[in-house]
Amino acid sequence: MKDNEYVLLKGNEAIAHAAIRCGCDGFFGYPITPQSEILETLSLLKPWETTGMVVLQAESEVAAINMLYGGGGSGKRVMTTSSSPGVALMQEGMSYMAVCEIPALIVNVQRGGPGLGTIQPSQSDYLQATVGGGNGDYQTIVLAPASVQEMADFVDLAFQLAFRWRNPAMILSDGVIGQMMEKVVLPPQRPRRTEEEIARECPWAVNGHGVGRRKPNIMTSLELDPAIMEERNLRLQEKYLRIRQSEVRCETYLCDDADIVLTAFGSVARICKEAVGNLRRQGVKAGLLRPITLWPFPEKEIAALAGRARAIMVAEMNAGQMVRDVRAAVEGRTPVHFYGRMGGMVPSPQEIEDQVKLHLKEINLI
Amino acid sequence: MTREDILQPQNLVYSKPRLMNDTGMHYCPGCSHGVVHKLIAEIIDEMHLQEKTIGICPVGCAVFAYRYLDVDWLEAAHGRAPAVATACKRLWPDRLVFTYQGDGDLACIGACETIHALNRGEKITVIFINNAIYGMTGGQMAPTTPLGMKTSTCPYGRQAELHGYPLNITDMAATLPGTAYVSRQSVHSVAAINKTKRALRHAFENAMSGKGSNLVEVLSTCSAGWKKTPVEANRWMEENIFKLYRLGDLKDQ
Ligand SMILES: Cc1ncc(C[n+]2csc(CCOP(=O)(O)OP(=O)(O)O)c2C)c(N)n1
Repeated sequence: MKDNEYVLLKGNEAIAHAAIRCGCDGFFGYPITPQSEILETLSLLKPWETTGMVVLQAESEVAAINMLYGGGGSGKRVMTTSSSPGVALMQEGMSYMAVCEIPALIVNVQRGGPGLGTIQPSQSDYLQATVGGGNGDYQTIVLAPASVQEMADFVDLAFQLAFRWRNPAMILSDGVIGQMMEKVVLPPQRPRRTEEEIARECPWAVNGHGVGRRKPNIMTSLELDPAIMEERNLRLQEKYLRIRQSEVRCETYLCDDADIVLTAFGSVARICKEAVGNLRRQGVKAGLLRPITLWPFPEKEIAALAGRARAIMVAEMNAGQMVRDVRAAVEGRTPVHFYGRMGGMVPSPQEIEDQVKLHLKEINLI
Repeated sequence: MTREDILQPQNLVYSKPRLMNDTGMHYCPGCSHGVVHKLIAEIIDEMHLQEKTIGICPVGCAVFAYRYLDVDWLEAAHGRAPAVATACKRLWPDRLVFTYQGDGDLACIGACETIHALNRGEKITVIFINNAIYGMTGGQMAPTTPLGMKTSTCPYGRQAELHGYPLNITDMAATLPGTAYVSRQSVHSVAAINKTKRALRHAFENAMSGKGSNLVEVLSTCSAGWKKTPVEANRWMEENIFKLYRLGDLKDQ
């Protein structure tokens, strides 16, 4: 595949290609629908023969996330991909990585739950992804792609954020984006970092480099002195505050004059965008705000729109998870409505349009 | 002869390993962990691998191993050290990567990671401290606890019908095609310590020459958990543990 040329790929395949191209050092994963194509594509592409990237099918998601703990802890660019039940198993490892400040990329191509649920798309892991998920007070940086192009682009972006902040980063996708095919331009092939480059970028890394000349590097989450542990927690919280201040990303579409602002992420944002277009053609002033980072959440952007719009409607493929963050940002200034479908039921643009009209009728705007 | 006459470099017959620092150890009197730590420190130094070593410590009494040996350490979640080590070794193939785990960590909660890492033939060394008990959490039953032995969660003695049988995971590991070297040792006497050192050195050399996975079990005492004096604990181990877990090399390819 040439650079700067459109290719037709599934979202899952795009992740695999992008991983190799952005100089990823290692992939560790366990098969689960609807994302098994990622490990399959990597196994076909054999990057260990070209870039030297390690690809390993782990014995479980528990093992895979702990491989990330080791790989990221030693300064390498490592990633895993899974779907909801598998990501649930990874929460312990992510908690350890967050407190040890280990950068790595975790991709969740969500499916419906609870339990084994369904292999159909869902967004019901939003809360798990954005409020920690494992034990303790910690945060993961979460990106929500809405296209195959973003699946490809967010791999490198997530690695950059993960290393900039020494923090695990997640791409929270779903079965729609993972399985659908679209044209995509893949990022250019970049070399993996050398040992010297890693030593420069990650002086904290546990890889032996330079011990004797420097003090040993130790990564541990254990601290029995509560005062020191609190200090460590406060330092983490301070870092999270800086991330919230500087890394928010979102897309707004036709919001400036909107009476009603739809808020949605990932695949549902695409459906809402289509609905906004249809509504505009019918003379309804609708707009869309799409959070791209789910954590940090675009609180300020939503608060600003809340002052202007007459209503906000959040649409999600879950029972109402992101809507809590929207309500917290709006602080009661504007009514916030919710429309959700669950367990693999993907809403149609028509459904969204009907809901929007319903809410505008309630306030006599149509 | 005065004290000063004796304290001369040419009279030095023993010293603390260079890679062992002065941090006071948290281990109980009579515990085997400290002896094994010392052997590891000596071997890494003798092999000139300080700059190439990544140690993975467990959750268990050895959770603080990173305080005592001056090499880079990652402290893994309970049982996950072999998965952590797998990635470290695959991503840094010229490094000496070893895990250091207790019986609860390795043979119970981490049994899956242990078996799979060993059977993939990861070029690592797994050091397995088997004291037949959960030391750190206060002396509960371990997968390796012999039948009849009393612990805080089998206070009337381990019974097969109630608690299941002791797990001999090292014998199991010897049957796996991925393992290159599997050995069971102990550190209850000077001779045993020397043998353990030889086994550990062999395992490290294997791992560095890419020979497959290596497991060295060290049968260990836990005076505090067993509620015995160090001397009684050694005797009890010789009489009860050695007949359940056979000493020596189980596999050397
Ligand atoms: C997930 C999880 N479960 C339980 C524990 C509690 N825990 C800490 S150490 C330990 C047992 C350690 O025993 P062993 O591995 O035999 O090592 P020893 O302390 O005897 O050296 C347990 C159960 C934990 N830290 N994490």
